[in-house]
Amino acid sequence: MSAFPVLSVSQLRVHFPVHGGVMLRQTGAVRAVDDVSLDIAPGETLGLVGESGCGKSTLGKAVVRLLKPTSGTIHFENTDITRASQRALRPLRRDFQMIFQDPAESLDPRMSVRSILEEPFIIHGLGSRTERIQWVDGLLDRVGLPAAAAERYSFEFSGGQRQRIGIARALALKPKLIVCDEPVSALDVSIQSQILNLLVELQQDFGLSYLFIAHDLSVVKHVSDRVAVMYLGKIVEVATAEMIYRDPRHAYTKALLSAIPTPDPQARREKILLEGDVPSPMDPPAGSAFGHRMGHPRYEESIGMDLALREIAPGHQVAADPCCLTENDWASLAGDSARALPRSADSIPRVMP
Amino acid sequence: MTDVPENILVVDKLITSFESDRGLLRAVDQVSFSVPEGKTVGIVGESGCGKSVTAMSIVRLLPQPAGKILGGQVLFKGRDLLHASDVMIRKVRGGEIGVIFQEPMSALNPVHRIGRQVAEVFRLHKKISKRDAWDAATEMLKLVRIPAPEKRMLDYPHHLSGGMRQRIVIALALACRPSLVIADEPTTALDVTVQAQILDLMARLQSELKMSMILITHDLGVIAETCDEVVVMYAGRVVERASAAELFAHPLHAYTRGLLQSIPTLATPSKSILRTIPGMVASLADHTHACRFCQRMGRSSADARDRPGYAEVSPRHWVETCPVCYQP
Repeated sequence: MSAFPVLSVSQLRVHFPVHGGVMLRQTGAVRAVDDVSLDIAPGETLGLVGESGCGKSTLGKAVVRLLKPTSGTIHFENTDITRASQRALRPLRRDFQMIFQDPAESLDPRMSVRSILEEPFIIHGLGSRTERIQWVDGLLDRVGLPAAAAERYSFEFSGGQRQRIGIARALALKPKLIVCDEPVSALDVSIQSQILNLLVELQQDFGLSYLFIAHDLSVVKHVSDRVAVMYLGKIVEVATAEMIYRDPRHAYTKALLSAIPTPDPQARREKILLEGDVPSPMDPPAGSAFGHRMGHPRYEESIGMDLALREIAPGHQVAADPCCLTENDWASLAGDSARALPRSADSIPRVMP
Repeated sequence: MTDVPENILVVDKLITSFESDRGLLRAVDQVSFSVPEGKTVGIVGESGCGKSVTAMSIVRLLPQPAGKILGGQVLFKGRDLLHASDVMIRKVRGGEIGVIFQEPMSALNPVHRIGRQVAEVFRLHKKISKRDAWDAATEMLKLVRIPAPEKRMLDYPHHLSGGMRQRIVIALALACRPSLVIADEPTTALDVTVQAQILDLMARLQSELKMSMILITHDLGVIAETCDEVVVMYAGRVVERASAAELFAHPLHAYTRGLLQSIPTLATPSKSILRTIPGMVASLADHTHACRFCQRMGRSSADARDRPGYAEVSPRHWVETCPVCYQP
């Protein structure tokens, strides 16, 4: 990667303990995020797709430290924020913000839009009262809301307008990275395109980086530079948006792409129909998770194998999983173990505290 | 007999209103369409456009006492459903017309086992013994391809995944082998891979059991892949209806075009600016404009004081002829 990453995540795990029995002892763990590494460059959008329960939202919340990681490291620019205290995080939070899926639930109904948008400035002790009024007006204008909106309450707005308020709030402190967690999935199609356009424009104007989480692959492909596909807590394939779409290598990515309904009655493509459901992250299969779902004949072989991401083509990484690759791809990966990716933590120079 | 298949359902100038504190709101405003035998008709539109209310008016499942059908006609196999007695409509609903609801969790009773809920349909609509009903229910679970149906009969809804629950809801709707199925956003709550499974299942069952279907969705992709004919609704009115092939190839109403252009597909270049429809869906309480879509676009419709009519521009392709929105 040429540019120094804004966000660099290495071998991140987020496990949620499960308690049971009479003594409520820990009986297990939900492995929501399991050994995930990723980088996001300045001005880049990394799309994160996967089905419900694959851990994509958990990953999004963990990288901005709304959740505590179990192990691994998260570096924001040069700073290790993996174990930073809330107090130490506060000044850093100016640089990374979040946009939530449901704007109705993430905006306080008892606060006027002005107080919602003013709050980040107050928390960080920025500006005088008059400056803050100007800034809020500027923000509203930037996200395409009338100045009069400031004195109203969030519930007076439609879903699309509420999401604009959520975007304005995330934008207030001029962050470098915004984690967008399903920002358009609650919106109608005609409104969805308005919000997607706004996000693309803002990125160009402010040089923002996005971690864009969504289950809709066509939306993700539209806004992303690179796309990471997640399955049961693990990233199984990463490539440029064009490449993921034109030349998917992992069986799960292929199935996901073929399942998207196309708005063209003439184009009846062959669908790869998956059997069964995503296995439980509480008790994940020992080997290839997707191979297990498909009942793949090579599943037994994959148990105990290192299924980590490997580079299969320049800028295109895929899990080295015999169940999920074509014979050719598997042969080229297995025969070339020297090309195994170094763990990103070692490959990126970094000042350690 | 002509080569056009006979219509199993005809909806003519249906009007449904809701009482609200702002007066009567017309959620469905003179909606007309028909369902040819054995075909799938899709109703597409954004939230609040009246697509679900239209469907629920057909089987008279409107929220009471607020929802009222104020006019029009619904003919199912020639029988008038709007004026049918409660006893008769209860026989038709769940019998000859099956309904698949969107949210499989709220369509199933959480405190009863799956088997009891599916068997109940048979007990209500057919005079059969408990044991026969149970066996018939197991058969239904097999039909919707649920693995190990005998075991699943004893499960509660919360034991099953979203996709499996939706299969149960489909089994309930199809239990009495209906000739018409109304599916209200059957896959909206599901993941894409599960959606593909369910749509595939519904298409197979439809041809196996020779059913007609009304499919309500906001997803034009789903429409394109499953429907023969499409009804596009906006703010309570039908703005355009045509065969799926015709509608996607030659959309004639500004709203249909706007909808089609605003969805990103895998083929649109990354980070390009999408076409949008400005504004938002018009409020049903606001009657200042004759044409609902002109109202959204902020156009003055001084030249059109009357509500636009419909024209059949080519066989079975109808469009609302607002002078601005109709773009031949």
